[in-house]
Amino acid sequence: MRRIVSSPMLRRGLAAIALLIVSVFLIDMLSDYRQSQVSSVAYLAIAAGGLSVLIGLNGQLSLGHGAFMAIGAYTVAKMLQDGKEAPMLVLLVAAVIVTALVGAIVAVAAARLQGPYVAGATLALAVAVPALAVHFRDALGGEPGLRVSSPDVPTSIDDALFFLTGTETGTSQWLATVSVACLVVTFLLLRNLSQSRVGRQWRAVRDDPVAAQLAGINLGRSRIVCFIVSAACAGLAGGLMAMVTRVAAPSGFTLILSLTLLMAVVLGGLGTLTGALIGAALLTLLPTYVTNAGSSLGLSDLQSAELAPLVLGLTTIAVVLLAPAGLVGSIAPALRRLRTPSTDTSVTTTITRGEQS
Amino acid sequence: MLELKGVTSRYGPVTALQDVDLVAGEGRVTSVLGANGAGKTTLLRTISGLHRPESGKVTFDGQDITRMSADRMTRTGLAHVPEGRGVITELTVHENLRLGLLGRSRHREPLSVSDVVDLFPILGDRSHALAHTLSGGERQMLVIARALLATPRMLLLDEPSLGLAPRISAQIFGVIRQLVEEHGLSVLLVEQNARSALSIADVGIVLGLGKVIACDDAEVLSADENLRHAYLGY
Amino acid sequence: MQLINTLLGGFSVGMIYAAFALALVLIWQSTRIVNFAQAPMAMITTFIALKVIESGASYWIGFTVALVAGLVLGALVERLVIRYVDHDNHINPVILTLGLFIVLHALAAIVFGSSFRSFPAAFDLTGIKVGGETLALTPFSIFTILVVVAVMAALRLLFMKTDLGLTMRATAFNREVASVLGVKVNRALTLGWALAALVGSLSGLLIAGGGLVHPAYMDGVVVYGFVAAVLGGLDSPAGAVVGGLVMGIVLALVSGYLGSGLVPLAALIVLVVVLLVRPGGLFSTTKERTV
Repeated sequence: MRRIVSSPMLRRGLAAIALLIVSVFLIDMLSDYRQSQVSSVAYLAIAAGGLSVLIGLNGQLSLGHGAFMAIGAYTVAKMLQDGKEAPMLVLLVAAVIVTALVGAIVAVAAARLQGPYVAGATLALAVAVPALAVHFRDALGGEPGLRVSSPDVPTSIDDALFFLTGTETGTSQWLATVSVACLVVTFLLLRNLSQSRVGRQWRAVRDDPVAAQLAGINLGRSRIVCFIVSAACAGLAGGLMAMVTRVAAPSGFTLILSLTLLMAVVLGGLGTLTGALIGAALLTLLPTYVTNAGSSLGLSDLQSAELAPLVLGLTTIAVVLLAPAGLVGSIAPALRRLRTPSTDTSVTTTITRGEQS
Repeated sequence: MLELKGVTSRYGPVTALQDVDLVAGEGRVTSVLGANGAGKTTLLRTISGLHRPESGKVTFDGQDITRMSADRMTRTGLAHVPEGRGVITELTVHENLRLGLLGRSRHREPLSVSDVVDLFPILGDRSHALAHTLSGGERQMLVIARALLATPRMLLLDEPSLGLAPRISAQIFGVIRQLVEEHGLSVLLVEQNARSALSIADVGIVLGLGKVIACDDAEVLSADENLRHAYLGY
Repeated sequence: MQLINTLLGGFSVGMIYAAFALALVLIWQSTRIVNFAQAPMAMITTFIALKVIESGASYWIGFTVALVAGLVLGALVERLVIRYVDHDNHINPVILTLGLFIVLHALAAIVFGSSFRSFPAAFDLTGIKVGGETLALTPFSIFTILVVVAVMAALRLLFMKTDLGLTMRATAFNREVASVLGVKVNRALTLGWALAALVGSLSGLLIAGGGLVHPAYMDGVVVYGFVAAVLGGLDSPAGAVVGGLVMGIVLALVSGYLGSGLVPLAALIVLVVVLLVRPGGLFSTTKERTV
């Protein structure tokens, strides 16, 4: 028994369940508005987490994760069209599967391409997918998009939650709970995956592809798997987003979404899930604060709405130039250094550079 | 003419040069010898402004050039000749030579492209070929010719014999000696090939792990059997 | 007839893509950065031209001001931002240009507003009539073709025939060697970015001519221009021009026969197919990723 409890995977699983129960109570205490913010942080964090793993652990860049979110969102929207109904789990699983399939096609191409080409191809994807939604007006609703009916709270779950919290569960509370549950499960899976053999291979491919190949790692397969996992996360995020925002429309998945998602991941620190969560919180909360500040400075609403990306972009530029490891990546080692002095990790790299004389 | 006093250079935590004192006199060939990793390339990069020394002072003709940027260095008459890889392979031979003219110092009679082609006739034949089609020896000739067009007073030569057939490197060393004797050029030469480098040198300096181990007339160093065995490998 | 007109339209738009691709190639050659921010940079300078023209000045003054603004903006971006990026990490430069992308987008929306505004054209936009048929060749598209050809010829002259061009090429190919030869490397890089931004601004002005501008109007162009540059190998100015023309014509065919909503997807497909068949582009010596 003790051995099972000490296995890190199980320990993390138990921690996740505890976290979930706590969050059910916390969400219950929030207003409708705050609950929808929680949902938004959760689904953005899922997408950011997938992107962070892709860039930080595998060294592949994607400027097109907004497009994968769109695919997840449209999958859910299509399945709920014309009064059709489906259990939420089915909807979300479908969003993940469809996005993973599209992700697989992109991944096969991306795995054979070098840095700037992958960036360009995923950029093209980010521009192409919303345009497709406009083009196929009949199937995908054109510019206004597809409406998504908000899901009912299943009675059994309503009862269970009533038993826990003693209150009726509203739609936004239900969506926040589902989003947080998805977030916890996704992060648990990503965390376990990145610490498994597969994750070690991803890092090996990122650090030194030649050495990884010599060690018997199939580079292409490793890159493809990582890309599919990452795209699937974005698909799940998109599916949740469609339910929370009740619409799947091209304007929700612009190039700017893909880029701000990337910025959020960079700010949080590449390759860390904590960083992805912080980045997602930033994406959700920054607009409200900055927009208020803008209004009080006498800017119009439309102008103030642009302040958030402005601040995000400027911060990202500053972070890339001054603290290339990202906010979390830069602060965490600094804290660690405060606790344990010395140990300079940069020694090995500089030694090899100094040897050229 | 060129003087280093107490120069220390680092790459991160690695000390590549430690407290180096060195003089390279006018009208002479000074050869700096040492094994791989002795700090030879760092020495040249530190002198020519490509790498900032941590401490110490570099003077050229009495002028403090310790913190001078690389592009200003050529105009003071100090030309760094990177080893053969320093040709710009995407440009033609003629364009590489034209680049040499652009950084000209005002210290000597200007040379024309045809003057340096007289020294290395092969460059004339290959004038419009892209430099990446040149052989190793031709590349080495090109970088030296290009440096000469900047009318330097002193050449800083980095491993001119690296990767070359003995016959070709002998030809190149011959031209270097000729330039010193006929045109009064000064040369600071960095080499692993100690035997050839000492054969054309007036003064030899041995570097080991970033420190000056020995400094003497070239003949004296060649005669020192212990030193040869320990540091020069012949 | 429809085919001829589609091809004619594709050719003149292709010239604009070629100019944009050329701007990307110039920067890639000198700094190994794909400047995705080229699109919003061109958008900003076009808005500046629009402001100048709306204030009562002639089209040509607006046109000139925009090109000069492009030159200045390019130099500023290199001098203030790009110079300080750490090139050891291949992801950082991309993130940086995307950060600029978002910043310029937001700035434009704040300063110029995010609505669609119509932009004037210097010349007539009605097709030339030949034997009773109206061709999709307008005086403005002839102007477009001529001005892009002229700019390309001027750039070629600059790079191949002048000392300044030689120092810029030397800097692009080997910074360290250029500096020991007395080239002021930083100045050459700044100038390179400035020139590229000027060419990018030109393409922005030409795309806008007779159409609508808003903060995102160049977002598609950066994709098409990038694909065009990749077709040409990303390293080859001549390849970029050919790639631009190919993209112009292919996308015009897709738009004319299948629908404009499929154009970005077509660009993506062209990109992926070309890279899978010829990983270095059609004109390049770059090798496929083997590891």
